[in-house]
Amino acid sequence: MSREEVMTTQQAQRSSFEAADGMVSFADYNFPDERGHFGRFGGRFVAETLTHALDELDRVYRTLKADPAFQRRIDRDLAEFVGRPSPLYLAERLTRELGGAKVYLKREDLNHTGAHKVNNTIGQALLAQHMGKRRIIAETGAGQHGVASATVAARLGMECVVYMGAEDVERQSLNVYRMKLLGARVVPVESGSRTLKDAMNEAMRDWVTHVDDTHYIIGTVAGPHPYPSLVRDFQAVIGRETREQCLAAEGRLPDVLVACVGGGSNALGLFHPFIRDAGVRMVGVEAGGDGIATGRHAAPLCAGVPGVLHGNRTYLMEDEDGQIIATHSISAGLDYPGVGPEHAFLKDLGRAEYVAVTDEEALRAFHHLTRTEGIMPALETSHAIAWVMEHAPQMDSEQIIVVNLSGRGDKDILTVARHDGIEL
Amino acid sequence: MSRLAERFAERTAADSSALVTYLVAGDPAPAVTVPTMHALAGAGADVIELGIPFSDPEAEGADIQAGCERALAHKVRLRDVLDMVVAFRQQDTRTAVVLMGYLNSVEAMGYERFAAAAAEAGVDGVILVNLPPEEAEELRQALGALGVDLIFLLAPTTTDVRARHVLGVASGFVYYVSLKGPTGSANLDVAGVRTRLDDLRALTGLPMAVGFGIRDGATARAVAEFADGVVVGSALVRRMGELAADPESIPAAAAAFASELRAAMDAA
Ligand SMILES: Cc1ncc(COP(=O)(O)O)c(C=O)c1O
Repeated sequence: MSREEVMTTQQAQRSSFEAADGMVSFADYNFPDERGHFGRFGGRFVAETLTHALDELDRVYRTLKADPAFQRRIDRDLAEFVGRPSPLYLAERLTRELGGAKVYLKREDLNHTGAHKVNNTIGQALLAQHMGKRRIIAETGAGQHGVASATVAARLGMECVVYMGAEDVERQSLNVYRMKLLGARVVPVESGSRTLKDAMNEAMRDWVTHVDDTHYIIGTVAGPHPYPSLVRDFQAVIGRETREQCLAAEGRLPDVLVACVGGGSNALGLFHPFIRDAGVRMVGVEAGGDGIATGRHAAPLCAGVPGVLHGNRTYLMEDEDGQIIATHSISAGLDYPGVGPEHAFLKDLGRAEYVAVTDEEALRAFHHLTRTEGIMPALETSHAIAWVMEHAPQMDSEQIIVVNLSGRGDKDILTVARHDGIEL
Repeated sequence: MSRLAERFAERTAADSSALVTYLVAGDPAPAVTVPTMHALAGAGADVIELGIPFSDPEAEGADIQAGCERALAHKVRLRDVLDMVVAFRQQDTRTAVVLMGYLNSVEAMGYERFAAAAAEAGVDGVILVNLPPEEAEELRQALGALGVDLIFLLAPTTTDVRARHVLGVASGFVYYVSLKGPTGSANLDVAGVRTRLDDLRALTGLPMAVGFGIRDGATARAVAEFADGVVVGSALVRRMGELAADPESIPAAAAAFASELRAAMDAA
């Protein structure tokens, strides 16, 4: 395969797609295959030492997935510890102001620890426990996944080490302190660009060294098989609830689903239960940073090429020599040069659309939602809100948009204040 | 017989082991690499692993990460690495050269183009740390068609069933990773590695080289007792890094280190 291969690009809302053996209806969508491939994306590209641990994880997960007792345990934890189901909230004032489609917010910000990340860590911690692993490691960007990992580790009495880029340690200092309060050790990573990708490299190095007693909780739908599908399954509770709640409130499915995309877990959690419904449009919003044209962004689906990093083949931001290039976003949780392989696949199929929103637009959306609804979104989430602010007015009042309100903005107030020139 | 097979066979016939040395291409500066390769070969290295510098070397410890960063500061590209092999081959057609790196570098060039360029440059084998056999078929065929070996790794965590599968497609030599950890880790369990290698020998006739954790004459000697090849990487890259301010001294220092390893191994 070579980069010269022409990429097929999106053609939204098709009802079928071309698989290796002909046209297949989205109603039959069932990915990945046995080895974790979503078409040509995904797979497992890791050092040999880790293969055994990934095989074991895959085997244990497949068994437990089919085990009603395990599912009941997860459901109970999600209800009693996380506080699910999260509400599907009709943002009336925002809707009125925008003067177009009805806007619903899926309130993942109301989860314990303040973001969707905990849906995944609850599930993976139970897997770790089942495999007899006593030690948990995680990478984190914004610190939300680190906090969610430290939280479940505290609850189950496990040791927890969180790798975090040194730059993110600075810009997300509140979450660093939260993790420490929860008993986790936070290791600042000084190599490379000192952000999320470097934290992931360092977590892989830890895992390769302590693979016997350690489970690596990857925080998004990326990494080697089985992580992309495993994390997706744990996050799909978002979409399943949304479906039921929307049917109950409106008697029909939403027209558009919108979510921000870093690695892509909150987006895929919302999208996945709707993939087979070809009439539901799905929009993933990447971090446009200073603007795609400037090159200073974190939007691999909008402006990247296929490559291999962190265990899977996906769209990446890289130079012509395959070196991963530095990304930029005001939001630490979106500041990553890759993206989950299933998003790469959905993009090529034309089943989902991916767009980018700049730092400035995201900040404006942050302030706007805070003032109109009394809900302060995370800067990651603000990217999805910005898309809604631009597009809802062009839709008619019968149409329904659901935005994944993936997390709350408390962690970001220092960044926002600094940007607005305010000294706290 | 391939150049790799010859180098291993020769040492085995002399009741010794092949010395495999690793350096990052372009570290600490592009002009240092080819003279250092010649110096290593002159001091008894049979195989030179030339690292393709990569921005995200996730299986590498601190020493080789630093080596990659030093090389990337000079914007060393895969094409430059291949040109270094071309330059090396003008004087040395005996020492085997193996490129070692990460799959993304090769994907960016394209499999066919890479295979053709590698074969033409005189590369004997390729090791891609994050390319397991399950994902490697297309590249393996492209390289194999031009006589370049795709070399796979086995680890302490590799099961017997899997080892059989990997060895079924392996060529060149087998790279046995002696410990759990990134490159440059400590704590080599020599007795454990020996037992494992004995088991694996029943499954393959390929030469078995052992790497990770070999840092000096003593560890090289201990491993040479039973392995067909001894790989030394981080310990050499660290020495080269320490001399980065005085690059002219690097080839001689590398040769001195390789001679020390060679002497210890030949005494095994
Ligand atoms: C609130 C919030 N939303 C979104 C993200 C991005 O991750 P993902 O794309 O996996 O949902 C993060 C990551 O830190 C986050 O904290």
